[in-house]
Amino acid sequence: MEGIQPNQTLDCVGLYCPVPIIKTTKKIKEMKSGEVLEVEADDEGILNDMPAWCKTTGNIYEGGEKAADGIVKVYVRKA
Amino acid sequence: MADSNKMTIILFSGEMDKALAAFTLATTAASMGIKVSIFFTFWGLSVLRNGGMLAKKANFLQKMFGFLNRGTKESLPLTKFNFAGAGPEMMKLLMKQKKMASLPELFKLSRELDVKFIACTTSCNVMGLDREALVPEVDEMAGAATYLGEAKESNINLFV
Repeated sequence: MEGIQPNQTLDCVGLYCPVPIIKTTKKIKEMKSGEVLEVEADDEGILNDMPAWCKTTGNIYEGGEKAADGIVKVYVRKA
Repeated sequence: MADSNKMTIILFSGEMDKALAAFTLATTAASMGIKVSIFFTFWGLSVLRNGGMLAKKANFLQKMFGFLNRGTKESLPLTKFNFAGAGPEMMKLLMKQKKMASLPELFKLSRELDVKFIACTTSCNVMGLDREALVPEVDEMAGAATYLGEAKESNINLFV
């Protein structure tokens, strides 16, 4: 994503639902308000699941993209 | 009033596949900030059994029943393709290959996320189980009224 500078990155490649979401929850807890977490995964369901998680938890979904190699990156800004 | 931030699951089934579905939803909901209670009843109590123990005061029939129904969360059958236990072992191997979270892992995660475990006392009594025969993680031993009280306050209520 252009213009987004993640403060931290979470590697969830090879992990399936619901583990990336649970890892995100734990990671976001340790971060400061306004910081951005980049989550890398290869379970593309995360493109739908992360916005839904953000909507429910009040954090900000900054977008996501799927690269040609199948790796999905999504960005969450802590509220 | 229903609280949009609460969810209950009745886990009635004692098969690994169904328990996985229940624990996947419980852990995900808990990470979304939803307060989750799982009410374990009937076959679902297998998930909470402490290494196949029974209550000390279990009678002969209960002991027979406990022997026939001797699963714990590490050794539950599958709904389909059980093949006398070969199915679940294949499934566990596949899940490990695919790095999917196992039932014991999701169980541990759900505790870290403060999912509440309630064991149905009526089913426990029938099956010859008591608090000591269940894992220490059980928060409450309770009945239908406790479940309904929680369900009435929740707006997601599932029966698995």
